[in-house]
Amino acid sequence: MALPEVKQTATEARLATLTMPEAGCTRAAREDALARVLEMGLPGRRDEYWKYTRPDTLISAEQPHAALFHSDEPLLFGNLDRLKIVFIDGVFSAEDSDDLELEGVNIDRIEDICCKDIHWAKELYGVLETRGQSPVQRPLAALNTAFAADGVAIHVTGKPTKPISLIYRHASETSDAMLHHIIRVESGAEVTILENGPAASRFNKCIEIDIADGGTLHHVRAQGRDHERCAATHMFTRLGRESVFKSFTLTVNGVLTRNEQVIELTGDDAIAHVAGACVGDGDFHHDDTVFVTHDAVNCESRQVFKKVLRNGATGVFQGKILVKEGAQKTDGYQISQSLLLDDDSQFLAKPELEIYADDVACSHGSTSGAIDETALFYLRSRGVSVKDATNMLTLAFLAEAVDEIEDEVLSEAIVNRLEGWLSRHI
Amino acid sequence: MLEIKNLHVKLEEEEKQILKGVDLTVEAGKVHAIMGPNGSGKSTLSYVLSGRDGYEVTEGSATLEGADLLEMEPEERAAAGIFLAFQYPVEIPGVGNMTFLRTAVNAQRKARGEEELSAADFLKEVRAKAKSLKIDADMLKRPVNVGFSGGEKKRNEILQMAMLEPKMCILDETDSGLDVDAMKLVAEGVNALRDEGRGFLVITHYQRLLDHIKPDVVHIMADGRIVKTGGPELALEVENNGYADILAEVN
Repeated sequence: MALPEVKQTATEARLATLTMPEAGCTRAAREDALARVLEMGLPGRRDEYWKYTRPDTLISAEQPHAALFHSDEPLLFGNLDRLKIVFIDGVFSAEDSDDLELEGVNIDRIEDICCKDIHWAKELYGVLETRGQSPVQRPLAALNTAFAADGVAIHVTGKPTKPISLIYRHASETSDAMLHHIIRVESGAEVTILENGPAASRFNKCIEIDIADGGTLHHVRAQGRDHERCAATHMFTRLGRESVFKSFTLTVNGVLTRNEQVIELTGDDAIAHVAGACVGDGDFHHDDTVFVTHDAVNCESRQVFKKVLRNGATGVFQGKILVKEGAQKTDGYQISQSLLLDDDSQFLAKPELEIYADDVACSHGSTSGAIDETALFYLRSRGVSVKDATNMLTLAFLAEAVDEIEDEVLSEAIVNRLEGWLSRHI
Repeated sequence: MLEIKNLHVKLEEEEKQILKGVDLTVEAGKVHAIMGPNGSGKSTLSYVLSGRDGYEVTEGSATLEGADLLEMEPEERAAAGIFLAFQYPVEIPGVGNMTFLRTAVNAQRKARGEEELSAADFLKEVRAKAKSLKIDADMLKRPVNVGFSGGEKKRNEILQMAMLEPKMCILDETDSGLDVDAMKLVAEGVNALRDEGRGFLVITHYQRLLDHIKPDVVHIMADGRIVKTGGPELALEVENNGYADILAEVN
């Protein structure tokens, strides 16, 4: 079917600004992805899946612009022993990165997977993204598969002793970056992936994660504070039997952020938790879009998303749990809540459940509210200032999401960062 | 210590006068009790003194050691020495009891220009005081008042009072929802804080709390005014005959 003219024009304009990397063995996957983009067209304002978030700046053919944010705060995860992989405006920096050597894991750049003949990578690049295009289209992810110029392939075969830390620095005010990572966690292996930094003026990032039976992946991400940046990110995760995926994202500012999580539980007894805490101020727009598919027996999924919004900020949550026929004993939970610190801010939520099995427990809830005046008075009556009391209650509100981080050191790092931001009024 | 003169208070959002000229002076070292029927304005008085929103003072004054309370924010009143033990202590999920206590203690010390308590000193003090109120380590770790029983909540209020060492303690129906043993425990906690420099205003419906916290002065409040003041025997009179006789007498 032909695309609407507006969409066709916008898609062609954007594609005209992009060049497909040469990268040999991913070439076929990239060509396929381009074909998907041409067929779907890039997201438009009239698309149902983009009803609450305007994709204009994410697809625009114009060069993006975002001022750099300078901060004197200590580096996140700065004191943590980790393997650092640094990208500057979406380009791998060997100089700033550690040696990509760590026991229990093999790390390669995407462009190297061909010459090294890394089979698993060839079988994963673009594959989960393709699966994730149904039943809902995600054209920006296909665009990423086709044009991402850099990224890493992480093969986890053991239990590396330290986290792998992907650091995204933003150096140019007009950077327009696409990164595509692929991660394969082998049976019984376990890894922690950290991501932080503003990345670029416009950032499109895609991660495909394949977790084999009994594998575990922990993911903690903090998206940078550069206020004018915009980002669209996708994580496609497929879980095997008794595998575990736990992901947490912290977002503070950024004029537009759309984080999509597409999760497929394909093996029995698997567990997937995704959580997000965000604090938005002013013309901030943050969208969490989650799609969890239960396609096996006795799996558990949790979605916990908390947003603090003020001065006219907007938060969006689109969360779906799809329980396929036969996915009995599914335990699905979904909560999305916003704390609106003034009347100008808004939270738009679309929780969805679609269930084709008869022996499941699925629950969802969504709320919007102001600071609890009674609690605020209680704290103040004990001598705590309005500002400190508001911050305490704000942190308390976000706690349920932050608590999803299992590792205490990481969760403390996130809480400290939040406390610092709140005390400085962002 | 606490001086209230001709205090008139109405609800902010509606034309309903609640306090209609309260005069009351609480001296340092004394325990004053306020008794009165439902709707007489007792709780409103406690909220107005501690600075809760929603009330408008239309006339009169309230001072603590000469400082105008009504001009202060709630946290300034707390630093000046006002403490309100809530009738319904508020549950705050996500805020640890210990964190809350320490933040409050240090915020007040800071406001008074004193040095903040170190983590170790704070811990030592809070443990000792918690023990005497039979508050266990688990209660200290849990979020503020979340999942606490009625008795635990009231004991937690007294623990906060003991840690903050206020000059003027206002207890709003601290006996409500307590069984006899819990009431005794709370009363002991209060009595342990009685000293020469501290005043108490104990608001209650019933005389039974006053068996355990012996008042020096008892006031009867009705329709927004103090209508009668006397010694502890006044509380017994209420207990035996109810409020009707007293109210008939003053009218």
